[in-house]
Amino acid sequence: MKTVNKNFEHIKGWGIDNVPDDEPNYPMKHNTGADHNRIHWNRPELQEETVEILKSTERPGNSAVFGTVAPPKGLSGILRRYAYKHSENKYRHWLPLLLADRIDVLEGTLSDLMKGRVPNPIAERGWGAIWKHKPSLLVRKILVRLSVFAAIGTFFVYKAKKSNS
Amino acid sequence: MLAMNYRGPFRVRADEKPYPKIEHPEDAIVRVTRSCICGSDLHIYHGMVPDTRVGTTFGHEFIGVVEEIGSEVHKLKVGDHVIVPFNISCGKCAFCKQELYGNCHESNSEATAVGGIYGYSHTAGGYDGGQAEYVRVPYANVGPTIIPPGMDLDDAVLLTDVVPTGYQAAEMGGIKTGDTVVVFGAGPIGIMAAKCCWLFGAGRVIIIDNVEYRLEFAKNYSQCEAYNFDEMGDPVQFLKEATDWLGADVCIDAVGCEASGNAMQTITGRKAMVQAGSATALHWAINSVKKGGIVSIVGVYGPTDNLVPIGNVVNKGITVRANQASVKRLLPRLIEHVQAGRLNPKGLITHRIPLEDVADAYRIFSDKLDNCIKTVLIPPTAKAQFS
Ligand SMILES: NC(=O)c1ccc[n+]([C@@H]2O[C@H](COP(=O)([O-])OP(=O)(O)OC[C@H]3O[C@@H](n4cnc5c(N)ncnc54)[C@H](O)[C@@H]3O)[C@@H](O)[C@H]2O)c1
Ligand SMILES: [Zn+2]
Ligand SMILES: [Zn+2]
Repeated sequence: MKTVNKNFEHIKGWGIDNVPDDEPNYPMKHNTGADHNRIHWNRPELQEETVEILKSTERPGNSAVFGTVAPPKGLSGILRRYAYKHSENKYRHWLPLLLADRIDVLEGTLSDLMKGRVPNPIAERGWGAIWKHKPSLLVRKILVRLSVFAAIGTFFVYKAKKSNS
Repeated sequence: MLAMNYRGPFRVRADEKPYPKIEHPEDAIVRVTRSCICGSDLHIYHGMVPDTRVGTTFGHEFIGVVEEIGSEVHKLKVGDHVIVPFNISCGKCAFCKQELYGNCHESNSEATAVGGIYGYSHTAGGYDGGQAEYVRVPYANVGPTIIPPGMDLDDAVLLTDVVPTGYQAAEMGGIKTGDTVVVFGAGPIGIMAAKCCWLFGAGRVIIIDNVEYRLEFAKNYSQCEAYNFDEMGDPVQFLKEATDWLGADVCIDAVGCEASGNAMQTITGRKAMVQAGSATALHWAINSVKKGGIVSIVGVYGPTDNLVPIGNVVNKGITVRANQASVKRLLPRLIEHVQAGRLNPKGLITHRIPLEDVADAYRIFSDKLDNCIKTVLIPPTAKAQFS
């Protein structure tokens, strides 16, 4: 169907990028056959590796350019090094990374403390903004947290009592 | 310099960090004048993308002034004010050569499935992003584009991601004159996608979300129909009925891995994380497109796997198209659209917040407070006005 019996004058530029010759799919790729040269393109100059970079096993080495921020360290770093022994195809790659991310949070807080800085989780979580714009949501968040703590607390008190008797 | 500092899921702050260095002859250092918070940032803010390291700086949507250039940078000079596409691309690999700038093979050592992206975890290359006063910009001859004279900086910053992604979502839909398009998600990306569908000659555009103020905004901004999925029972049945019981010609997923609307998907995808986020919107898109229709995905999903009705893709003969937007490929055309007044990117901006208040800014966007659509962060060195 190439025609519509509606009027689209109120929409500025209606139909201006319609390319009927390219149907059904507008090309996203300007095919030059470059894929068939495989990876033998003329590479950019290679960035020097100055910090530890973990590499995907699905490529022969570094990309020509890469980020150098936050190299792996600590316990999270050990897990990340393990993860990068496995390809992007494996859970053994992604799940240890997720675990490492969580451990990294604890290590981050620890490193703050060691630098004499006490993090302010309320400010970091932007709770001030919730209080300003939707106090009921903040109350709900606090109640949910309190009830989780209460449930865990009750469970341990109950267990302690049971093992004492 | 001041920069956003990620401390863990839902925890960010503005901190002093070292000034970035030139690490490669094609690098530039850019002083940021505007940077945005994106729906994609929420996925890392919520801790859903593996290898998001504490201490890194997010931000892949930014513009700024060139402060320093490496020895091999010829296309830019100090003082140029540039739009920096969110994808880091070399311009030389087989993918860049074929205009797939979102799929560069020379910008990410850590993964092959995704090219380098500023401030988007080590899975996307381990670069710091632009929610900072200064940022390292690799391959400065390739990506950065000088802001055309007279262009509003708020328009320019949205050309780094939102406009190209919304436009490519519509483009990948292969829209034919008169087509009915359903866009899932009325965030900045969905709203821009809905607006761009008209440029391709759509006959009807419908946007779906469950946040009332966003639907209201989309209806006006994108001049389309807008419906709340909380009010429709089964969205697929609703959409079938709304499209003469055949389904939409094209469905666009502009939601990604944090979709709501289905308890099982939410629990397995967002809470237990046994799948790479919840695929509710994609599920609905596949099931509400017509037989032989096209599903265009720009919503972002994690790197493992998701539960989607692939059997229906086969049985209905659906074409699925998806990618990270190829920003550099689209910029020249999109700059024309903005200059001609066909697109009004800055109309999406509802919040302008100093970088110092980054924690509040993330929370406002994440929890959809204060009728937020799009937030711009302004670093102290940008010396801009707030309103
Ligand atoms: N491919 C790319 O190049 C690219 C670029 C930028 C952003 N993105 C992705 O696009 C997506 C949207 O980005 P955004 O900035 O608009 O984010 P956003 O979080 O502001 O918007 C998402 C919207 O989807 C709505 N939603 C949730 N569940 C839904 C459902 N089941 N059906 C319909 N709507 C639903 C939410 O209420 C929200 O309004 C994100 O996943 C982001 O990562 C992709
Ligand atoms: Zn973005
Ligand atoms: Zn490339």
